[in-house]
Amino acid sequence: MSVVVYIESQNGIIKKAGLEVASYGRAIANSTKTALIAVTFNIEDTSILNSHGADKVYNINTAEDSFFNVDRYCASIVGIVEQENAKVVVVSASADGRYLGPILAVRAQAAYFSNVVALPSSYEPFTVKRSCYTNKAFNESVSEQGRVVVSLSSNAFGIVEQETAAEQLTGDYIESNSSLKVTSIDKATDKITIADADIVVSGGRGLKGPENWHLIEDLAEVLGAATACSKPVSDLGWRPHSEHVGQTGKPVASNLYIAIGVSGAIQHLAGINSSKVKVVINSDPEAPFFKAADYGIVGDAFEVVPQLIEKLKAIQ
Amino acid sequence: MNILVCISNVPDTTSKINFKDDNKSFDTNGVQFIINPNDEFGLTRAIWLQQKSGAKVTVVTVGDASCEPILRKCLAIGADQAIRIDAIPEDGYFVASQLASLCAKEKYDLIITGRESIDYNGAMVGGMLASILSIPYVANCIQLDIDGTSASLQREIDGGKESLSATLPLVLGAQKGLVEESDLIIPNMRGIMQARQKPLTVETPSDVEGQTTIQNFEKPQAKGPVKLVDAANVDTLIELLQNEAKVL
Repeated sequence: MSVVVYIESQNGIIKKAGLEVASYGRAIANSTKTALIAVTFNIEDTSILNSHGADKVYNINTAEDSFFNVDRYCASIVGIVEQENAKVVVVSASADGRYLGPILAVRAQAAYFSNVVALPSSYEPFTVKRSCYTNKAFNESVSEQGRVVVSLSSNAFGIVEQETAAEQLTGDYIESNSSLKVTSIDKATDKITIADADIVVSGGRGLKGPENWHLIEDLAEVLGAATACSKPVSDLGWRPHSEHVGQTGKPVASNLYIAIGVSGAIQHLAGINSSKVKVVINSDPEAPFFKAADYGIVGDAFEVVPQLIEKLKAIQ
Repeated sequence: MNILVCISNVPDTTSKINFKDDNKSFDTNGVQFIINPNDEFGLTRAIWLQQKSGAKVTVVTVGDASCEPILRKCLAIGADQAIRIDAIPEDGYFVASQLASLCAKEKYDLIITGRESIDYNGAMVGGMLASILSIPYVANCIQLDIDGTSASLQREIDGGKESLSATLPLVLGAQKGLVEESDLIIPNMRGIMQARQKPLTVETPSDVEGQTTIQNFEKPQAKGPVKLVDAANVDTLIELLQNEAKVL
């Protein structure tokens, strides 16, 4: 018996979501008195997993195949799941984690739980809490299979350190006969992504035009935050679709979400309401966002935001 | 080309979410049901292929008779025929298995699901269906070009996009970007009249079981009121975020 976690990385460095998944897996391994097996791809130095509870690390070298090949990643992880007789497999809720999860579940003959927000409340049978109705509700779900795959919601568990002496192993990168190939990737590498960010700064139509986006970018820079936008802003082409957060855009589950000139349509709130602390800056005191926010300023973004940037710079 | 678009019947975004029977089931009272928005992006893309190259578009849902109005709406938008698999969905695996049985009987070149439904947000059915059928799956799909049996696609990833190629048949998870919101087709009177004549067949479900059950639902605790800070006093906001919320 064991718990297997898939640890995500970027350019050979383990991502925050990877450490959160390891921490969650460790807590399950502690409760069920089993081992935690981490699976990584192309990591040079896996020693950080010694501080996050791994008993074994399988690092898989994908050689010339530098892209996320869902079929080969899946086959490689399933190989380790079988070998280690894993009863619980944990992946993140990143774009890749949510892509991998259902495929992995079918191939590993496991029940699949996405949007998981807490540790299991029972292991016999495996019972866990998930968010649903776009974070407007939760449900308690029970497995009817002996093995489960869990996709852990971002920022739902946090990172917990536990020292272990992980055995370092090399895993096989298993071939696939699928016709699916990644041909190229187009990604800004210098910017923090919405999925990885602790803080997200988001702009709406209240900013009046793309030429004013330096306010959002400057505030994001001083906070080390990712930038996002509302649906009308992406529909108008002021900002790329990849920055659109909300029901039909990206979900946000950051520690702090700052909405500037965003009215707070129900579709927008649905996408961001699992963020822990929400701040709204809007000139319209009737904007629906004030009902969803923790802190608010009724005021002109063009006056408030520069002051905020100034003061934040001063305290750093 | 034969296209299958999988449709989920979901509560409208603006619906109040309530539960009944001791929080064991969703309360449909007063709830308006719609085509899952991600599925509608996929349906629109399928209709473009129908208009361009004469593809045949079939829509399917797994559900009871209460799902038929949204299937009729899909027919009014332009789908050629509709299938309802007559079963109450147990979970994502159950739905994927029912759809896989249909795909085993009738050959589809392209199978479109939504990225996720807006009720369970599971993002399960597309990936599971493709895996059961042993064909490729592309999640969060924002572009599709087909040339013969070759497809080139784009997937939205965290912080950018990825280009992929695959051979048909395949399953994709549609989302905004595959078509834009302004591209969505609003049925006209002619479409609505024609939809009444188009075939809507009811199929018996195959004998599969789900892998998970929902024990009960709960709603999040009510949030306290917003703390307002004066616009002339941004220091106070910074102090609250540092010392009270502890997020800076």
